[in-house]
Amino acid sequence: MQIFHRSTNTISRVSLFGAVFFIALLGWVFDSLQRSSYNTQQNVAREQPVQFSHAHHVGAIGIDCRYCHTSVEKAAFAGIPPTKTCMNCHSQIWAQSPYLEPVRESYRTDRSIEWTRVHDLPDFVYFDHSIHVNKGVGCETCHGRVDQMPLMWQASRLQMSWCLDCHRNTEKYLRPKDQVFTMGYVPAGDQLELGRKLQKEYGIRKVTVLESCSTCHR
Amino acid sequence: MSTQKREPTPPGQATPVPVIEPGHTFASVTDQIGQIVLSRRTPTFWWVGFGISFLLMMALLASIGYLLLKGTGIWGINIPVGWGFAIINFVWWIGIGHAGTLISAILLLLRQEWRTSINRFAEAMTLFAVASAGLFPILHMGRPWLAYWLLPYPNTMALWPQWRSPLVWDVFAVSTYATVSALFWYIGLIPDLATLRDRARKKSFQIVYGMLALGWRGSAVHWHRYETAYLLLAGLATPLVISVHTVVSFDFTIAITPGWHSTIFPPYFVAGAIYAGFAMVLTLSIPLRKLYRLEGFITLRHLQNMAKILLATGLIVGYGYMIEAFMGWYSGVPSEGYVTTSRMLGPYRPAYWALIFCNILTPQALWFKKVRSTPGLLFIVAMVVNVGMWLERFVIVVTSLHRDFLPSSWGMYHGTMWDWSTFIGTIGLFLSLLFLFIRFLPMISIFEMRTLVPEAEVREEA
Repeated sequence: MQIFHRSTNTISRVSLFGAVFFIALLGWVFDSLQRSSYNTQQNVAREQPVQFSHAHHVGAIGIDCRYCHTSVEKAAFAGIPPTKTCMNCHSQIWAQSPYLEPVRESYRTDRSIEWTRVHDLPDFVYFDHSIHVNKGVGCETCHGRVDQMPLMWQASRLQMSWCLDCHRNTEKYLRPKDQVFTMGYVPAGDQLELGRKLQKEYGIRKVTVLESCSTCHR
Repeated sequence: MSTQKREPTPPGQATPVPVIEPGHTFASVTDQIGQIVLSRRTPTFWWVGFGISFLLMMALLASIGYLLLKGTGIWGINIPVGWGFAIINFVWWIGIGHAGTLISAILLLLRQEWRTSINRFAEAMTLFAVASAGLFPILHMGRPWLAYWLLPYPNTMALWPQWRSPLVWDVFAVSTYATVSALFWYIGLIPDLATLRDRARKKSFQIVYGMLALGWRGSAVHWHRYETAYLLLAGLATPLVISVHTVVSFDFTIAITPGWHSTIFPPYFVAGAIYAGFAMVLTLSIPLRKLYRLEGFITLRHLQNMAKILLATGLIVGYGYMIEAFMGWYSGVPSEGYVTTSRMLGPYRPAYWALIFCNILTPQALWFKKVRSTPGLLFIVAMVVNVGMWLERFVIVVTSLHRDFLPSSWGMYHGTMWDWSTFIGTIGLFLSLLFLFIRFLPMISIFEMRTLVPEAEVREEA
């Protein structure tokens, strides 16, 4: 007596081999999702209470990063400018613009504008802007071409493998200190050669130190 | 195994009890074992047993649910005792699994034909014990949903597991063990699944057993491949009997904690595992043979042999305890000496002396033939050993941790209600799986039993 149709032979063989591929496919999908911007929010422009354009202020006008992010060279936090910094100019120009009403309101009421944070590292990560800036890591290296961003977005994945890529190969990214705030920087000559020279000059620590757990998780 | 040639009993050496009751034939073996699975009536004791086990399993579910909600703080663990019930239970369950592998692999290679009637459910016991064991380290992690971080895979953190940690070795030891045990069990089941497929009356049963039997027709080619695969897997499983519990013992010995940092641990853990495992096989087989009237298959000979193994491994474990105490003194290390005396005379001394009673004194009763051949007494001894082996792990884990080098950081540990409900819950999980197994799969290997029947003997023509 036959319980199964003869096609069952083929089906069972296909499903046995297929299972291997199916499991591999699942793994690949899971991994890709984890690295995708759906998960990391990379390249997703965020809405802000005021439509502040870095492209205009940095790219077109040419204001230096440090004019607003004043503590970037001295502290862990780069700093969000107080409304007063905006009003330095906007009490004179575009002073009546309806777009800037939230700024003026903040100034009148002395209540801060609540910006939406774009680069948000987990709380268990110890990150310090000053050490990076002072050792020749350019703003652009992590934040991308801010001078071309109408609204801010996160240019990098900000996942640990991304951090470690630089911590393990600093020579690929280091710049001369006077180029740290430059946007669209192109190294003069070979980057790897320059990078190795700068590693010595700035006293960059060994990879074993830079990739040690407690360097970032304290 | 069908290739196995049965040798006549050598003269002068009497086999008092045979490995299968005389009078059985091919048909009677197949009928009696197959009928347990295929009969429509589920016996009342099955419903009662499964019902109780299922309730306990629900307690496990509730405990895990609450644990995920609240975190490991609901357990009694804290500094200095960070490894409480979770690790005790893990080692206890993993140890229990070892008898199954020993019976199925080592006794197969040694051609001990008495293994035939107990190997199937001993292997099932191994699988369910490993499943129960595996839960604990994962729940102990605190964020069990990230358990896959233990595996080496190219991840977004650009990190590999810490290879120097024995806890990572555990992951590999236990997952290999689970995989090989599952394969071994399943491959051994295939010919029997085909028998069930052929004998099942209901279409749905025919289809399910038929799919599981993977098209087995019992041709010579099938048997040839089957025997090869089974022997290969037995070869693979054999080192696992030794390696898995050795790696588990490394969890302790690699640490410099007094009372753990000792080279006696691997052999003493392996012996303890086999000891615990055989105690559990006895605990399960004695009621099962009675309830399902399988005394003809699981004879007194089996019980006696297992009792002897229990006695032998129990003596090795006793030797381990002795050497531990001796090394406490002989090492000359004050902390080692202190832990040893603290075990015997400190706040946890009731656990220590109960353990000596359960694991060393009680099994001495097995020197008496009367005890070895009385199932009721054997059952009691096996139950006491089960408790004793749990106490052993409790004493090892807790006494070493609760009083470390620094007296200022000493503390006491007690399991909370949730510790107990999780532990008892895994017993429920284990028994529920076992009840399902005996209802839906043949708990004794039908085709291997048939090779023990006189009809199977190859007679040479004169």
